[in-house]
Amino acid sequence: MKLRRDVFQAIADPTRRTIISLVALQALTPTAIAENFDYSRQTISKHIQILTECEILEQEQKGREIYYHLNPNGMKEIAEFIEPFRKLWDDRFNKLESVMKNYQSKK
Amino acid sequence: MELKTNVIAEDGKQEILITRTFDLPVELLFKAYTESEIIEQWMGTKVLKFDFQKHGSFQFSTSDPKGNQIGFNGTIHDFTTNQKIIRTFEMENMPFGVQLEIYEFEKLSENTSRLKQNVIYQSVNHRDQNLKLPFKQGINWAHNRLEEILTKSK
Repeated sequence: MKLRRDVFQAIADPTRRTIISLVALQALTPTAIAENFDYSRQTISKHIQILTECEILEQEQKGREIYYHLNPNGMKEIAEFIEPFRKLWDDRFNKLESVMKNYQSKK
Repeated sequence: MELKTNVIAEDGKQEILITRTFDLPVELLFKAYTESEIIEQWMGTKVLKFDFQKHGSFQFSTSDPKGNQIGFNGTIHDFTTNQKIIRTFEMENMPFGVQLEIYEFEKLSENTSRLKQNVIYQSVNHRDQNLKLPFKQGINWAHNRLEEILTKSK
């Protein structure tokens, strides 16, 4: 239960969501992650630290470099609760949009 | 397919913020929330009562997959045409509590609009219960996105 709450906190921040989507594509070093932002290296390090503490990111030592990759279990925690809820509303809103387009064309 | 809906549910808060951009004029988006025949169509519910005015109330009834009737009701607290609706919403005979819903409608262009739906629950626990509901009900949801992420991360 504790883990899930932490995960929610982790994805509440837009910068952290961007980091998640970057790392989802490939494992990256902290430097490579920071290059995508205008923020200071320290700010990005802080976000990476939070994501690691929430077990969304995992560290891996490759030679002298540390790489971060997604922890599949951490991502599952997010997807399990937010995604079905989001999908439910997205389906509902798609329906609303098509009903109203139909209504509009009839007028 | 990318979802057009965003959901923000911050840790330890008793609210959820849902936002969505529509390819609809704001007048039509607003209408979807104020006319009973239209609500029936897009929400897939039977509208038993719908008195859209300040302090007016509404009642819906929906059949679950087993054919049981589930009742919903609420009260229109206030509204501003094409801009805002504040209402309550409650699922009857269920432990999910009553929720306060604040809908903000925004015109983006002649044919596009944005909805901000802020839902405030009785407690953090009620919020989390409601958030988990679609998951628990096993509604068909896209595993695709998660699988895509996991495959790419390998």
